[in-house]
Amino acid sequence: MMKYAVRTDGLSVRRGRHDVLRDIDLAVPVGQVVGLLGPSGGGKSTLMRSVVGVQERVSGTVEVLGEPAGSAVLRRRVGYVTQSPSIYRDLTVGQNLRYFATLVGADGDRVVQVLGQVDLDAQVDRRVADLSGGQASRVSLAAALVGSPDLLVLDEPTVGLDPVLRRSLWRLFAALAASGTTVLVSSHVMDEAARCDRLVLLREGRILADDTLPALLDRTGADDAEGAFLRLVDDATAARTGSSAPGTAPHRRHR
Amino acid sequence: MNPTRTAATAGRVLAQLRADRRTLALMLVVPCVLLGLLAWMSQDAPLFDRSGAQLLGLFPLVVMFVVTSVTTLGERTSGTLERLLSTPLGRTDFLGGYALAFGAMAVLQALVATGFAVWVCGLEVQGPVGWLVVVAVASGLLGTALGLLASAFARTEFQAVQFMPAFVLPQLLLCGLFVPRDQMPRALELLSAAVPLSYAVDALGAVATTVAPAAELSPDLAVLAAFFAGSLALASLTLRRRTP
Repeated sequence: MMKYAVRTDGLSVRRGRHDVLRDIDLAVPVGQVVGLLGPSGGGKSTLMRSVVGVQERVSGTVEVLGEPAGSAVLRRRVGYVTQSPSIYRDLTVGQNLRYFATLVGADGDRVVQVLGQVDLDAQVDRRVADLSGGQASRVSLAAALVGSPDLLVLDEPTVGLDPVLRRSLWRLFAALAASGTTVLVSSHVMDEAARCDRLVLLREGRILADDTLPALLDRTGADDAEGAFLRLVDDATAARTGSSAPGTAPHRRHR
Repeated sequence: MNPTRTAATAGRVLAQLRADRRTLALMLVVPCVLLGLLAWMSQDAPLFDRSGAQLLGLFPLVVMFVVTSVTTLGERTSGTLERLLSTPLGRTDFLGGYALAFGAMAVLQALVATGFAVWVCGLEVQGPVGWLVVVAVASGLLGTALGLLASAFARTEFQAVQFMPAFVLPQLLLCGLFVPRDQMPRALELLSAAVPLSYAVDALGAVATTVAPAAELSPDLAVLAAFFAGSLALASLTLRRRTP
């Protein structure tokens, strides 16, 4: 039997008068890198916040590592990295990581280890404010890694990184998954899909697809993830308007 | 409350303060400059002995209020608070860490300001000088607790700074520094009993005029402690794990 790190059933989230997420059924297998892809404003961050348990006005069930999302026991087992680096800019890299390590009960050796994983050994005594944006976002990632979490939730961790660093981060995610950590990672760059074991395509608060890349390409007949995404969008639009020909549906108002 | 996580949070806040040398210098130097000005303009020594002592309670309240509210607002807007609350750190650890860190700063500030007032400006009080420090620290802790609470109602640093005049200046007018509280119109006298600064000023006045002020100022300290606990309790309600 397959084990799941995250399972949601009928997950909906309201913000103001809008449904940001509508009836999401999701199953994230343990030990995989699962990519959450889709355009900005599609609900990726809200879905991740619901999994971490910091999102308000959530309905339906969200189960994380066998516990309800947001349970106290999960705070040690789930690592969360927000889109903008949530670390102390006025402190050094080392001060930041030692603080977050203390909170989750990790020691100094773990800090050194994590610094190596995100390739920031040389910056340990520099203030975060003096680092580049890409370096700061890796400090933020490292602050989540120190706790050796069973589930890592990463909101757009590769934005603004050069291709070499992006590759090294995706290799790190794959290595973490190989050691049993589940990685839920969002991106709006479709070409990062090939790096994921599994893809969840999210648009306008709904799941368009939840599958492996080869299966998606097979199903849609597209050449790449972006093509598959577009085909699925067209199909969904066509289904909603009752038109059978993809691409001929009248333009719908987008949020 | 977890001692390790609380202490780590206090250490982190102090490290942030240490990194900001200018703020640190302002926190310690400004009270001395103001006390010096007051001593210089007071031709009448007994007047300085009383109002100088009372002023020692005002600085920590104002300074800790501003520094805490801006720092905590930063935690709320930068996403670090959300991250902290998704770790095992409890809300009481967070508030306790802030209270410890700024309490330590209040001790340092009170020692520097009191030492300056007594040895440089020639402040003479009837009671033990140590009591001045105790009341100043209590007022600094209260400023921190009020700042933690106020940060929940500000969206930007501009607003947080504007809370200072809105929060502190009415207290300054009502606390008895300008007009003794028993000479105020009845309505204002009642209002002055509702603001915490009145009790700090009252306690410091007791140290200035009484040889053994402990009995007179302990009810004041009790009221300050109650305001401190009440503000912290309200502040903890504003630290939500789940946000929209």
